[in-house]
Amino acid sequence: MSRIHITTTVNGETAEFLTEPRETLLDVLRNQLGLTGSKEGCGTGDCGACSVLLDGVLVSSCLVLGVEAQGKTVETIEGMATDGALHPLQRQFIEHAALQCGFCTPGILVAAKALLAQNDNPTETEIRYWLAGNLCRCTGYDKIVRAVQDAAAEMRGAA
Amino acid sequence: MPKDELKAGFRLVGTRPNRPDGLDKVTGRARYGADIVAANMLHAAVVRSPYAHARIKSIDASRALALEGVKAVITRADFPTGLTGEDWNLQENTIAGDTALYDGHAVVAVAATSALVAQDAARLIEVEYEVLPHVTDVDAAMAPGAPVIRAGNADHSVPEGMHPNVVRYIDFGHGDLEAGFAAADLIREGTYKTEATHQGYIEPHACLGQLGADGRGEMWVCTQGHWYIRRMCAAVLGIEAANLRVTPSEIGGGFGGKTTIFMEPLALALSRKAGGRPVKLVMSRAEVLRATGPTASASMDVKIGMKKDGTITAGQVNFRMQGGAFFGMSPIAEALPCAFACYDIPNLMHEGYEVLANRPKAAAYRAPGSPMAAFAVESLLDEMCRELSLDPLQVRLKNAAKEGTKSSYGPTYNRIGLVETLEATIAHPNLSAPLGPNQGRGVAAGFWFNHGGETSVSLQIGEDGTVGVSVGTPDIGGSRASIALMVAETLGIEYEAVRVNVVETGSLGVNEPTHGSRATFASGKAAVEAAESAIKQMCARAAAEWGIDPEAVEWADGAARPAGENAGKFPPLTIGEIGAKMGGTGGPISGHHESVPGGVGASFGVHVVDVEVDPETGKSTVLRYLVVQDAGRAIHPAYVEGQYQGGAAQGIGWALNEEYIYGADGRLQNPMFLDYRIPVASDLPMIDTVIVEVPNPGHPYGVRGVGETGIAPPLAAVANAVAAASGARLRTLPLSPPKVLAAIKAGQ
Ligand code: FES
Ligand code: FES
Repeated sequence: MSRIHITTTVNGETAEFLTEPRETLLDVLRNQLGLTGSKEGCGTGDCGACSVLLDGVLVSSCLVLGVEAQGKTVETIEGMATDGALHPLQRQFIEHAALQCGFCTPGILVAAKALLAQNDNPTETEIRYWLAGNLCRCTGYDKIVRAVQDAAAEMRGAA
Repeated sequence: MPKDELKAGFRLVGTRPNRPDGLDKVTGRARYGADIVAANMLHAAVVRSPYAHARIKSIDASRALALEGVKAVITRADFPTGLTGEDWNLQENTIAGDTALYDGHAVVAVAATSALVAQDAARLIEVEYEVLPHVTDVDAAMAPGAPVIRAGNADHSVPEGMHPNVVRYIDFGHGDLEAGFAAADLIREGTYKTEATHQGYIEPHACLGQLGADGRGEMWVCTQGHWYIRRMCAAVLGIEAANLRVTPSEIGGGFGGKTTIFMEPLALALSRKAGGRPVKLVMSRAEVLRATGPTASASMDVKIGMKKDGTITAGQVNFRMQGGAFFGMSPIAEALPCAFACYDIPNLMHEGYEVLANRPKAAAYRAPGSPMAAFAVESLLDEMCRELSLDPLQVRLKNAAKEGTKSSYGPTYNRIGLVETLEATIAHPNLSAPLGPNQGRGVAAGFWFNHGGETSVSLQIGEDGTVGVSVGTPDIGGSRASIALMVAETLGIEYEAVRVNVVETGSLGVNEPTHGSRATFASGKAAVEAAESAIKQMCARAAAEWGIDPEAVEWADGAARPAGENAGKFPPLTIGEIGAKMGGTGGPISGHHESVPGGVGASFGVHVVDVEVDPETGKSTVLRYLVVQDAGRAIHPAYVEGQYQGGAAQGIGWALNEEYIYGADGRLQNPMFLDYRIPVASDLPMIDTVIVEVPNPGHPYGVRGVGETGIAPPLAAVANAVAAASGARLRTLPLSPPKVLAAIKAGQ
């Protein structure tokens, strides 16, 4: 099958790859670019473990084709800490014990970051509905919601 | 958290430091099963039976083999013959022989240069089937005339005249059942059913296997127990255990479902056939749901006798469970003892049947068998309390098992904390929260044995006084942190100075998996023993340096010190000083410990849930949820709370949404997360927790194990709350809106 040359920006850096038209963005990120922080929990858009930002919009990268990244910007979990400093969400997740196995964590962090970008003071209900597309089987979500609340408060304070 | 004050006697145990693997897990660096690559690696795909029961007449892989990039195709013919017992079960489940036994049963596997080519090749493989009659329901499978799944599987326990699908029978009890029921003022009975549910870990099974023609190989795999993987793969493939080195990846959830093999030998067999090239095999979600896990489905009769004051005089259960098409997979032997384990009941009888059905080979799921048993018994108890106008928590307190009680399954309990747990529940503010219209409150208790298991740990003193601990129990929910806390506490050093590593099979003696709520209990206990042994050696080094008797040296605050005035006057020698010199004072210092630890402490929990039921749709909304459970001692309370909350959430899913739905054709109809719907964030409220601490005398820090008990009470607690809110008493799970609505309508 012929492959297509794609140029895109991933976590602020130019990235190029060759992809079959049927290959998902998730597979390209994981298998070609070595960015295995985004996870595949379902491959059908139901679990959110593969969440990334595409031109700033939260998407399930298992439902996006690699070719669709042409000329766009992609942000993954690997780009969340800047200059070695954790994002407040990342730090709050560790401090709140908001992860057990940690497999859902990258997707949830990316999704939560997208929430806080558009709503710096979400209510518990808003957090719960925003994260309803991110399955976590371990935690019961309690500590996740609290960690997002505290990260939001911290970021408001810092702003 | 007020409970933490209890642990004033400890410096570190009971605190909440950041987990050592936290940074890797929030940055995407942590490597899970599918996150690894090897040079020259191939990718595999599996062809699975689309039928619940079918004879495999022929397999034609010629078109697949002609595809560019395809390197190997394997069938059952590539595996050794002559296996027996559980080894045969494992091989038969890994890849079907003559007959596919369930929808999703693996039949052929293929390896190719990319995952996409492997999937293309799998589609080109032609399998001809002869469809056979099937049965998926447990009661139907033991009824006269049901299709026989595999004759000759029943063991000697099964009473004569039963259907050949009935393969195991268990009975036990004590007292005089008839007299017990005669002494009761109220006798009630009911039949309860639970559907199979899946553990639902978000990480699908994944492995990378390599096996050479010399029978030596390696495997990287997401698992709860890599020695189990080693033993099972070796048996299925006919190779020697020590020649297979298994390294556990980080694990994206297991809940019991990753304590066994499903497709791992396929990767190794493909590698062997492809000249030893490494083969990566990652399951899709549909494969996970169709062919791994799930738990058993159950059909259960319960009968209870109670006096007007709430005293339980007699109890009787008859459980039927199917765990798929394989002997020994249902948790019937665990479900029965869990049924009445919370109570002190003089007259009891338990009977249980294991039944084969055309379903996937069941695996352990968090407190296997206990949630079903609790659903049946705790539901009926609730009905009887309502009928007698008794407070359900007071009735449980009145009958609660305590130290010295002869348990329902035989042994006499040592120190247990059910009474304290019930008292803490009764005192909790959630019990007095006002309830509105269509709202109801349900309570239930639950139990799990907990487990010791084969354990081997080693501990190394570093040249700078830092400490490495090698354990064989994969860290699923913070056990590196809890073990580091206990080791640091014991050695009198900082938490950060201890690094706990989960090591591969070549580095330690055999370890059972992280199962049975045992990682913090068993690996923790062994790590403390290993630390004590290192302390002895460090004291000996200090004694030699000081020229005094080793008995005259004691260890405190991370240093060897002369014990008392008579030992002599020497400044303390710290662990760092001893470590720096150890090369010249006798060589490396390490401690190790191997055992099957005794002193396992049983654990009890009580849940209280408030539910609102929409009378127009039958939909239940969880408003408030409380978990109270005896941890023995909470080493890292945040991760203990996490276990309580996670168990409750899984139980709520089981109660309200989750079920395996089989069509008339015997195929699983909901093999994706869209239709197999586990709770999402917007389905749940905050989950309140109370950690009760009645220390387990069998563990140096009092640990009982906390992982499993939390999934036992929710099924009944939710059903009891739905009954209180709507008047609809449902005895079959899940309590899906249409079912609840129909029950409300029928009751009107
Ligand atoms: S892997 Fe993309 S949503 Fe589950
Ligand atoms: S922490 Fe395991 S799935 Fe969320």
